[in-house]
Amino acid sequence: MSITYLEAIREAQARALAEDSRVFIYGQDVGVFGGAFKATKNLAQQFPGRVLDAPISEDAIVGLAVGAAIEGMRPIVEMQFADFSTVAFNQIVNQAATLYWRTNVPCPITIRLPSGGTLGGGPFHSQTMEAIYAHYPGLIVMTPATVEDAYTMLLDAVAIDDPVVFCEHKYLYYHLKADRLPAEAMPVGKARIARPGRDLTIVTYSAMLHESLAVAEEMASERIEIEVVDLRTVKPLDTDTVMASVARTGRLLCVGESWPWGGVCAEVIARVASEGFALLDAPPQRLNAKDTPVPYHPNLWAGHRPTADSIAAAVRNLISL
Amino acid sequence: MAQSMLGPNPAEQINFAKETLVSAYRHMLVARVLDDKLASLYRAGKIHGGVFLGRGQEALSAAVGISLNRGDIFAPLIRDAAGRLAFGEALLDSVRTYLGSRLGPMRGRDGNIHRGRPRDGLLPMISHLGAMISVVNGVLIAHRFKGVQGRVGAACMGDGASSTGSFHEAINQAAVERLPLVLVVANNQYAYSTPNCRQFACDTLVEKAAGYGAQGHSVDGTDLIACLNVVSRAIRLAREGGGPQFVVASLLRLCGHGEHDDATYVDAGMKASEGGRDCLKVAEAQLTSNGIASLSLLDQWRAAAVDSVEQAVARVQREPAPDAREEDWRAISASHLCEGQLP
Repeated sequence: MSITYLEAIREAQARALAEDSRVFIYGQDVGVFGGAFKATKNLAQQFPGRVLDAPISEDAIVGLAVGAAIEGMRPIVEMQFADFSTVAFNQIVNQAATLYWRTNVPCPITIRLPSGGTLGGGPFHSQTMEAIYAHYPGLIVMTPATVEDAYTMLLDAVAIDDPVVFCEHKYLYYHLKADRLPAEAMPVGKARIARPGRDLTIVTYSAMLHESLAVAEEMASERIEIEVVDLRTVKPLDTDTVMASVARTGRLLCVGESWPWGGVCAEVIARVASEGFALLDAPPQRLNAKDTPVPYHPNLWAGHRPTADSIAAAVRNLISL
Repeated sequence: MAQSMLGPNPAEQINFAKETLVSAYRHMLVARVLDDKLASLYRAGKIHGGVFLGRGQEALSAAVGISLNRGDIFAPLIRDAAGRLAFGEALLDSVRTYLGSRLGPMRGRDGNIHRGRPRDGLLPMISHLGAMISVVNGVLIAHRFKGVQGRVGAACMGDGASSTGSFHEAINQAAVERLPLVLVVANNQYAYSTPNCRQFACDTLVEKAAGYGAQGHSVDGTDLIACLNVVSRAIRLAREGGGPQFVVASLLRLCGHGEHDDATYVDAGMKASEGGRDCLKVAEAQLTSNGIASLSLLDQWRAAAVDSVEQAVARVQREPAPDAREEDWRAISASHLCEGQLP
């Protein structure tokens, strides 16, 4: 018996629907069809009237979720692809994210963003949007990297009284498996030491966790012990755990699949440089995707985003500094 | 000509209680007096940010507000002081938000027309006004989930908002879900300075209703009796399960987009035409010619309106402003997930 990252997301939604009558799911093709990735498979049948197909209207989808939340519901919105959330951007950052601050009325909505690159995804089906949403006050941004986190953090997202942008990684949907669903969860907003080490800290999240762990494994044979920190949520960002790790290792590499400019890696480095400069034995480094749209062809895609090879090269460079 | 402009339409039936007409008019009057006061406070430099008035749009606005019931949803546009009052918004909420009192519903965090009380059905607009329609849809669908029946939601827009993508998405969404949405467009001929001919190319906006599967209604927005008849009918149809209703009112904004705008672009012929008449004067003529109010009673009502506005302003001017040192600077309700102030 094993469960995939995608199944964990489905199971979390099934549990949320079963346990809380305020929860409903709204998005394109999420109904009887079960969603483009089948993240809502059988939920419409299991929970009649609570899993609703939406017109192709991302703006109105999120607007409706905000209105329903004002009236006490707990909507889960599925964007078919994270990339399409740009159409809903206004509703997310101006409507949902400002409501509590302006009115004292919370806005408990969960917006699921199937994120990140997959083979052949191309420019408009591959984006990672966590940095742009984290930039805006009023949003919580989750980036689960494991089956366990996908399950428990989605349940957390539904329970939290604020708008949560839930960045689930499509590359992990089918490959990543766990033996069973977790019985316990780490607290929201707490980063996790995914692998302890003493020589260098890699701070990462989402699918890049697995590339980074592979590198750490490989480097261990070269007697380089890498500590890997999985941020889990990029907002709030667990600066304390990052700082404590850098205090142990003295070297920081941030790895993200997103574009470099003004991103999560840039934020982590800024915090460590300004608050923990004395902890560093070498300049903090970051590794991101290239500053171009995400390419379609696998050969180009492999050169666009960080991979185990490019991460390993960055680690060797940083160790040599 | 002047007589026909201001006189009642003899064929016009009053399909509602006369008290409703009186009440709607008195809300219009308070809104007009409030607008005049806000304009003078703006000129005196007493208001931070812009001032956006509803002159010329009060009849439609009041008709919407007064035709809604407690428990209904109202997402006003920026010129809906009359409708807000008719819906039940306290005059103090408006004055406090304009003057930045910390005691107002927005506590100085937002200002002027960006105010509301979501839990009371009065939604606080964001500036991208078309985006409010789907939020109304969301409250209405929540009513459906909760088994709450007989409630409607009104979203008010201008002609400019009808060109936005969110307007299109939301009215289509309401039609697909057959929600009791009443979408009211006050076509005041200009979106800021842009005239109708640069905004849309159909003959009248109401033609769009059929394309969405909504029921369309047109009304002379300067005529209070007509507005009450048409808006209350649209709201009733929505309440009875008729799906989304689309009301388009023709009128002219008798002020600038905001008080910073002298509106020199407004066509002089349009201002002199019947469509440019002042709905407040039309309503007064309707009240007197129908024997509902005498001129002296109108004077009494005006004095009462002035008194209430002056009292509200005097009170709010003594209230404390927000204090940055006392702000918690927290944009989310889950305080344990707030990063707080970064260094």
